[in-house]
Amino acid sequence: MIKVENLTKRYAGQPAIQNLNFEVGQGEIMGFLGPNGAGKTTTMRILASFMPPTSGRATIAGFDVFTQSLQARAHLGYMPENVPLYGDMRVSEYLDYRAALKGVPHRRLAERVGDAKELCGLKEVEKQLIGTLSKGYRQRVGLADALLHEPDLLILDEPTIGLDPNQIRQVRELIKNLGKQHTILLSTHILPEVEMTCSRVIIIHKGRIEACDTPENLLGKIRQAGGVVVEAKVGADNGVGELKKISGVRDVIVDADGDWQIFSLRVESGIDVREEIFRLATARHWTVRELTQRRATLEDVFVELTHPDVV
Amino acid sequence: MARTPSPGTRDACATQLGGIMRKFYTLLSREVRSYFHSPIAYVVLIFFLLISGVDFYFQISFMNQRQVQYTVQEAFFNSIFFWFAFVLIFPLITMRLFAEEFKLGTIEPLMTAPVRDWQVVLAKFFGALVFYLVLWIPTLLYFAIFLKLTNQPAAHSAGAYFGSYLMLLLLGMFYLSIGCLTSVLTRNQIIAAIASFCAITLLFFLGLVQFILLDVSSATRDLLGYFSAIDHMVTFSRGVIDTRPIVFYLSMTIVMLTLTYQAFQSRKWRL
Repeated sequence: MIKVENLTKRYAGQPAIQNLNFEVGQGEIMGFLGPNGAGKTTTMRILASFMPPTSGRATIAGFDVFTQSLQARAHLGYMPENVPLYGDMRVSEYLDYRAALKGVPHRRLAERVGDAKELCGLKEVEKQLIGTLSKGYRQRVGLADALLHEPDLLILDEPTIGLDPNQIRQVRELIKNLGKQHTILLSTHILPEVEMTCSRVIIIHKGRIEACDTPENLLGKIRQAGGVVVEAKVGADNGVGELKKISGVRDVIVDADGDWQIFSLRVESGIDVREEIFRLATARHWTVRELTQRRATLEDVFVELTHPDVV
Repeated sequence: MARTPSPGTRDACATQLGGIMRKFYTLLSREVRSYFHSPIAYVVLIFFLLISGVDFYFQISFMNQRQVQYTVQEAFFNSIFFWFAFVLIFPLITMRLFAEEFKLGTIEPLMTAPVRDWQVVLAKFFGALVFYLVLWIPTLLYFAIFLKLTNQPAAHSAGAYFGSYLMLLLLGMFYLSIGCLTSVLTRNQIIAAIASFCAITLLFFLGLVQFILLDVSSATRDLLGYFSAIDHMVTFSRGVIDTRPIVFYLSMTIVMLTLTYQAFQSRKWRL
């Protein structure tokens, strides 16, 4: 559905994205992650034909976004960052206008606008001026707009930014449902959202793709270098010394919580040391109240890939 | 972008043309509506009604006191009041056209919809033109009221009315296209307004230069006379339809709109 080849964009000589290559297949929900200024919006704007790339090419449903921009745009529902809207129009009026602009046929216009309003929960504000809507509703108007012409592909730039947790949950559900019929490319900062909704993730940093994989695989990669947390009463024993003796344990950091000691173990990749620790604890008569393998989150992947010095 | 239709695609072409016209109409109607959604429209309407009303009243009072060689209608379209209001309305009408969309970012949803750049440029120009023409509707009423009250026509012939309003249309098209150009060049409405106000004022009063620069050759004066909007208005409001200004204003409008289109397209490369 989307095919990007060697896409590069420079602003005044300064590269915003460099040699991006990726594909998004029919029916996929692709998450687009990266810190601010990584080039997410730039990439999405190029895909939406809002600006041309400096070099490289991108196609949407087989149409080049630059040379066949009109057809490419016809296949695309785009929701820009911060959802700029005409504040002087009413919700229904705006959606009618957008539907006509996108070439929705006359006889289907009322039905399409009605469906989009229904789906995005805009029925109760349809007569309101857009300028008076809350951020959450504005976001939904933007989403409804993107859906009007039943595009094959939705490109959503930060669809949940500025929403409260309830609204985020609603939008996430909506996106999940939309993913059943549409291909979606969405950018976001909210990592759990990606884990829950996306079938694949691209992590972009300083204009380059750092990783492109399913969320599970990305997590798998980082979990190998994960850690184990042990909370125990070790009495007079040298807990750190004993734990370090277990093969596979690289490093142990200790923290005290009253009588309890909290050990954070860094473990070599691919080895589960929890069994060994259990045996050690029974042998030495330690009282253990926690023994967990720390589950890596996408946040860890994100931080590791985009801030190598922090980890 | 099927530029070369294969045989038997006449219907498809007609449908495509219909689609293009529908999008243009959709854009145009939004432009026109957006004028009446904003308070600027009503402020301009009131301002313009007030000044043109005062103009009309003063001209008639003046003519009641002495013998003059011209008609009420000629006086109305050639007074200082008229000039003053006239050069001021164009920046007010056009400043927001593109600059506001750039500022608010609404240009992004607009240009990522399947519309062509020229459709947007023309829709904005004709939207402004429609509003401009609406401004003039009340002035027709002045002449109707005059006729009703005094039982004599305000002009010596129907052609004089026609000439005046034709000149208003031509000048309006040219000056609105200048406003389009200055608005597309900036995201700041005030800058757009000041730039178009300067350009329009200089052009409109170009004809006065011949009274100021007395030492220039008569050829130069004649040349400047060709550009003088004031002179054109004097001629046309007498009912004399001269084709030279018609060609001049129409072609200048096309030049300005072409420049606007080019500037609008180049925006993508400057982002």
